[in-house]
Amino acid sequence: MIALGLEGSANKLGVGLIRHDMTTTPPTVTILANIRHTYHPPPGEGFLPKDTAQHHRSHILQLVKDAMAEGNITPKDISVICFTKGPGMGGPLTSVATVARTLALMWNKELVGVNHCVGHIEMGRQITGAENPVVLYVSGGNTQVIAYAEKRYRIFGEALDIAVGNCLDRFARVLNLPNDPAPGYNIEQLAKKGSKLLDLPYTVKGMDVSFSGVLTYIETNAPALLASGEYTAADLCFSLQETVFAMLVETTERAMAHIGSREVLIVGGVGCNKRLQEMMDQMASQRDGKVFATDERFCIDNGIMIAQAGILAYQTGYTTPLEKTWCTQRFRTDEVFVAWRE
Amino acid sequence: MIYNAQLIKQGAEAKVYLAPFCQRQAIIKERFTKAYRHPTLDKKLTSRRVVQEARCLSRCQRARIDTPTVYMVDTENYLIYMEYIEGCSVREYLVTPEGQTEAAQTKVAQDIGRALGLMHNIDVVHGDLTTSNLLMRNETGGSVVLIDFGLSYVSQLIEDKAVDLYVLERAFSSTHPNTEVMFEQILKAYGESGKASKQILKKLEDVRMRGRKRSMLG
Ligand SMILES: Nc1ncnc2c1ncn2[C@@H]1O[C@H](COP(=O)(O)OP(=O)(O)OP(=O)(O)O)[C@@H](O)[C@H]1O
Ligand SMILES: [Mg+2]
Repeated sequence: MIALGLEGSANKLGVGLIRHDMTTTPPTVTILANIRHTYHPPPGEGFLPKDTAQHHRSHILQLVKDAMAEGNITPKDISVICFTKGPGMGGPLTSVATVARTLALMWNKELVGVNHCVGHIEMGRQITGAENPVVLYVSGGNTQVIAYAEKRYRIFGEALDIAVGNCLDRFARVLNLPNDPAPGYNIEQLAKKGSKLLDLPYTVKGMDVSFSGVLTYIETNAPALLASGEYTAADLCFSLQETVFAMLVETTERAMAHIGSREVLIVGGVGCNKRLQEMMDQMASQRDGKVFATDERFCIDNGIMIAQAGILAYQTGYTTPLEKTWCTQRFRTDEVFVAWRE
Repeated sequence: MIYNAQLIKQGAEAKVYLAPFCQRQAIIKERFTKAYRHPTLDKKLTSRRVVQEARCLSRCQRARIDTPTVYMVDTENYLIYMEYIEGCSVREYLVTPEGQTEAAQTKVAQDIGRALGLMHNIDVVHGDLTTSNLLMRNETGGSVVLIDFGLSYVSQLIEDKAVDLYVLERAFSSTHPNTEVMFEQILKAYGESGKASKQILKKLEDVRMRGRKRSMLG
């Protein structure tokens, strides 16, 4: 069984092909193709829905062709076409869903609309082999501490205002760091050269976190601190990372203690950050736990994760009828009925 | 590291020991150094939380809200010695056969609501309300005891108290699926025992709306 996955909920456009060999138990999973094209706005600017949708429209056909060629796949090999139904930006989501619908009609295939967050979780579980972890999902648009119970991925904690990736990206813009390959990546590199910790607001409420206070503080004070030479840009990146990541690790640990779990899985774009992974490791080893993380191929938005979550649902008999293939900007992780897990 | 102490739990931030203290069993809550945190940040948070916890526990105690009695605070080593509550947590209780009955859930819900109402009356915001941080005292047949005041602070703001309830509501819905009725009962009892509870419950609706409307965009 082969699934095609199409993802474009933010500035990454991804196409993936995955095979589940159903003759073995559990099915043997092979990644046939996983390619991506990213829209980079100029330094100092964020990506706008309109430009991002335009980017996706102009690249998606080539990307699908490349993926099929790479996987050596023809349309008749494909069992199901999976696309991101949400959450994300309306324009970009719709531009990709339109392509999914068209291909499904042309090739006479079933469709499965996938929740983007569930895609991240399922791909992370597949790649790392983590069984039933507490999941920290951290990206430009989402910050959630999740655990599975009774057929749903339940949200134990989340950001009460802006997402952690958004907080990092916006600070990167203040420093005018390039958006290529990602603003957060450039913060991570610069932070390695920093050492002086600035005392920043630290806001944790149970398993929830808040980042707007720390962002406002550092945005407001950065120009003067840099001008006086008291702190370097590297010091500020270092301080921001140390503070916001400590908040994330703390709430993840609180969820682990609360539900009695020893595994952590980190997914989402910010999850590639080596410093975050290292801190999570230090936390886990102080409580005999284990951390699972993936690299940039699977952490950053991609098509393969949509194919993976979609094919799991498809195997339980789930499909999305054509008239329900609309997209939605808000689509909470816990809305999805997880039929494929015990 | 503590003489004659037996580790019984490792919570989110602290190791909890049972140890003899002045002829009885006491709980020693030790906040240990977190390797993942920058040392400066670690020290700041740890010392602040030890002090906050001890302060808010005593404040509740003075208002006769059922919380563990504080015996001693060692700010140097980040230790709090307190009364040992024999019993289980509400989280554990709700998965027992007894805890799944309607009558039992109603009783616990009323207890929780009342305790929170009283706590907010004296302007203590708990900061980490979950069913793991609510214990049930064996000797009184299971009345609710509030614990774990590490993230607590004193505030008169309606908003802070509403967020406190929101945190508990989310902990309930994620940890205990299908307990909406129970949470409604908590709010009802809360509404009857709190001074400004009407306004706080109204604010809770705003806070929920914000949660639902929260943008998921980058
Ligand atoms: N006074 C007490 N009597 C009995 N058991 C206790 C007592 N205090 C704590 N415990 C047990 O230890 C666990 C952890 O304690 P507590 O919640 O205070 O620490 P924590 O979650 O690590 O704290 P924090 O969130 O402040 O870091 C509790 O869930 C409870 O099971
Ligand atoms: Mg606790």
